[in-house]
Amino acid sequence: MADPLVVIVGAGPAGVRAAETLALAGLQPILIDEAERPGGQIYRQPPAGAVRPGIYGLEIRKAAGIHGVLAGLGAVDYRPRTLVWNVFQDRLDLLTIEGHGEQRFDRLILATGAMDRALPFPGWTLPGVFTLGGAQIALKSQGVSIGRRVALVGAGPLLPLVAHQYVGAGAQVVAVLDVTPFAPKLLQLLGLAAEPGTLAKGLWYTARNRMQGLAAAYGVRAIRAEGKRQVEALIYKDAMGVEHRIACDAIGASCGLRSETQLADLAGCAFVFDQVGRQWVPQRTGQGRSSVPAVYLAGDGAGIGGADAAELQGRRTALAVLEDLGRPVDLAEAARLDRRLARQARFRKALENAYPFPDHLLDDVADEEMVCRCEGITAGALREAARDKDAAEINRLKAFTRIGMGRCQGRVCGHAAAELLARASGVGIEGVGRLRGQPPVKPIPVLGGVP
Amino acid sequence: MTERLTTDVTIIGGGVAGCAAAVALRRVGLKVVLLEKGACGAGASGVNFGGVRQQGRSLVELPLARRSRAIWDKLNEMLGEDVEFEATGHIKLARSEADMAELERYARDAAEHGLELQLLGANAARADLPWLGEKVVGASLCAEDGAANPRLVGPAFARLARRLGADVREHALVNAAAREGERFETRTDALAVDSRFLVNAAGIGAGKVASWFGEEVPLGPVVPNMLVTEPLPIFVTRSVGVCGGDVYVRQVSRGNVIMGGGRGWGDAELLHSGPTTDQSLTGMRKTLDLVPALRGAHIIRTWAGIDGQMPDRIPVIGFSATTPDLVHAFGFSGHGFQLGPVVGEIIAELIADGRSPSPIEPFAITRFAEASVLPAAAAGVEH
Ligand SMILES: Cc1cc2nc3c(=O)[nH]c(=O)nc-3n(C[C@H](O)[C@H](O)[C@H](O)COP(=O)(O)OP(=O)(O)OC[C@H]3O[C@@H](n4cnc5c(N)ncnc54)[C@H](O)[C@@H]3O)c2cc1C
Ligand SMILES: Cc1cc2nc3c(=O)[nH]c(=O)nc-3n(C[C@H](O)[C@H](O)[C@H](O)COP(=O)(O)OP(=O)(O)OC[C@H]3O[C@@H](n4cnc5c(N)ncnc54)[C@H](O)[C@@H]3O)c2cc1C
Repeated sequence: MADPLVVIVGAGPAGVRAAETLALAGLQPILIDEAERPGGQIYRQPPAGAVRPGIYGLEIRKAAGIHGVLAGLGAVDYRPRTLVWNVFQDRLDLLTIEGHGEQRFDRLILATGAMDRALPFPGWTLPGVFTLGGAQIALKSQGVSIGRRVALVGAGPLLPLVAHQYVGAGAQVVAVLDVTPFAPKLLQLLGLAAEPGTLAKGLWYTARNRMQGLAAAYGVRAIRAEGKRQVEALIYKDAMGVEHRIACDAIGASCGLRSETQLADLAGCAFVFDQVGRQWVPQRTGQGRSSVPAVYLAGDGAGIGGADAAELQGRRTALAVLEDLGRPVDLAEAARLDRRLARQARFRKALENAYPFPDHLLDDVADEEMVCRCEGITAGALREAARDKDAAEINRLKAFTRIGMGRCQGRVCGHAAAELLARASGVGIEGVGRLRGQPPVKPIPVLGGVP
Repeated sequence: MTERLTTDVTIIGGGVAGCAAAVALRRVGLKVVLLEKGACGAGASGVNFGGVRQQGRSLVELPLARRSRAIWDKLNEMLGEDVEFEATGHIKLARSEADMAELERYARDAAEHGLELQLLGANAARADLPWLGEKVVGASLCAEDGAANPRLVGPAFARLARRLGADVREHALVNAAAREGERFETRTDALAVDSRFLVNAAGIGAGKVASWFGEEVPLGPVVPNMLVTEPLPIFVTRSVGVCGGDVYVRQVSRGNVIMGGGRGWGDAELLHSGPTTDQSLTGMRKTLDLVPALRGAHIIRTWAGIDGQMPDRIPVIGFSATTPDLVHAFGFSGHGFQLGPVVGEIIAELIADGRSPSPIEPFAITRFAEASVLPAAAAGVEH
């Protein structure tokens, strides 16, 4: 009997560790990623040939670990620059430089990771406004800063981290503004101590930023970008309600992360509502099994857990695959991973609580504010449809207004739209449902020359 | 606890047909309860290509299509909102001499029903649509055909029905209906509706409803496969179809180009469907033959939907053959969006007057009892 075909989508920490575990167990997994080199978001690499010393900071060893794994494993069939744009039954649809293609699988591990959660604020569509993750990608991949005078604003651990990385790279960071209050961060110290190493790093980043004269402001509200053709200033109110204006030519702004769940949706996985992430995520067991027998989930793609958890989950999920294939599994290793994942989960919960969801940003969105830039849909249009057409459910809102029907298919605007709809119709965010996905998960070109 | 309602007419199914019927029935003063399994206008009516097309229909459908077309002109006013109907013209392309002969024949026949078509040679077709690909040898243009936004039409009819006093219940799956004496009893998990008349406008679910009344109909699923690009500069100024119906293209005013072709997968029982990649890729290739300029344009979404299809590709519209006061309207075979508004009026006429001025005899349900083999209509696969 031929070896079962295990395909992994995503070569971030989760996918790479899953591939490694399977390869060491004697399988020959296929590892697919649309990026050019392995590493995923956190350990994203510059283009081949480029050297960017220092970009991984304290994570340099982990980064090198992930980057080096594949080279040492002949058994992994690694396919970079390959977009998986659909899953149907036991088949993946692919897009490569050569054109459209497909890949069959017996078992599928989705390790698709996360992207920034962008929330609208006045001026957020001006050229020069990036997400925090986007600002980081510019640095790690292209080796450039997003501007000469950079203001960073938002919520989540990426905020102090990106500030630290920008300063380290010699960029001029003119403000670090946290839209969540400071108090919860102190309150959560105990929970954060579940991962003392990570906590220490977080404190270190914050301390370093402070030493470099970059004290973050907390509890910032009413943020606004201004500029004629492009960003010229960031305006905000501090925790005391005093307005400030900071001249800058680029802004990095986002509030935490959201899981990239579209492939799991197309694969038919059942979803559950994640109260902390305020997002519907594919249901997964601690071992990485989804509700669909042949489909497994690892890493941030099924709920945000961070890079260390992603590595652990990648390994743990691979063990579940091996077990389900009737292969021998190191039970002690499985138990060790389960214990470490439990500790990670405590840390993550504390971290999320330290950065409570910035409701005030959404409460403040004015009617004329653009929510979906692809289709040009304002908050007012969404509120009007909710009110006049009783669109109390997000797919209904999509049908009436085209929200989520543009290039991003709701990956960027979907969260904000759901939050606004929940407020307009007086139900919780959970009550408005989730956008139904359709292939392709990212745009694909019209091409001929296929069978 | 079961809620009990009493009404004149119960409608099963909140697609365009059912919702338009609710409006027309309220207009003649009848009490209406409409029961929709999901959200109104979210089935075939909400996910279709949006073609408001008369050209190419079976000739027996043309009188209905003509009457419906007149309603489309007044629809915004009637519904109180813009459903993005535009008479862009529908052009049907011939890719061979045989195709062209078919178009010529059809144009002659259609003229007898008052539908004026303009036949164009290759040069004239190219003058109208300069971006046309190599394969086109001629075309037939129906200037008054066009398209509308399907996501808006059904829900707008449902809201109008509500404003007119119809009791429209969404997320109300009918799981039983029966005739008891002179009345109907229609049930969902939470509701029991007692009515004098019953309308079966349940789309692909209509076969099951008919079977509750001892009527077996050869209703099968048809699952058109659809693709849409990102917004592009406007250049596809007309709704475009071909002889054979295997590909069709239009561009919405936002700039997105919608193309259809081939079949998706569908589960008629669960009313669940989706696109299939092989069909999407084939659809792309065929579209490129007609519209080479689309090469490299980005597809941002593909989808499918399920409509009920009859073996002869024309619907069932009219009274039940087994049960008095039961009216069927289903089996639109992939082209019932354009007909929706008139089907609503016809249903109301049948209920209020016992007959319709429109010639609906060809759509009798009894046709399946009589003939064992039915000829497929010439233009069967168009939407
Ligand atoms: C922009 C950004 C920056 C981040 N920076 C940090 C950081 O500095 N520090 C930190 O601790 N955390 C960071 N994170 C959080 C990050 O999610 C996790 O730390 C970690 O990268 C999660 O690992 P993962 O393996 O689950 O997913 P990822 O690392 O996100 O890897 C997922 C991989 O899947 C690929 N992929 C996804 N969908 C498809 C598809 N359809 N077809 C083909 N390939 C696909 C992607 O190209 C990517 O390489 C960042 C997140 C984002 C979005
Ligand atoms: C992809 C696609 C493209 C198309 N393109 C075109 C086109 O361009 N032009 C054109 O004219 N036509 C087109 N059509 C056909 C057109 O959409 C349909 O013929 C028309 O919408 C049918 O309307 P309807 O009201 O009969 O059915 P539907 O819209 O399907 O409505 C039936 C409703 O009944 C409900 N229902 C079913 N069972 C039950 C039950 N037991 N209890 C309660 N409710 C129930 C369903 O949920 C559904 O909402 C297309 C169809 C599809 C799928």
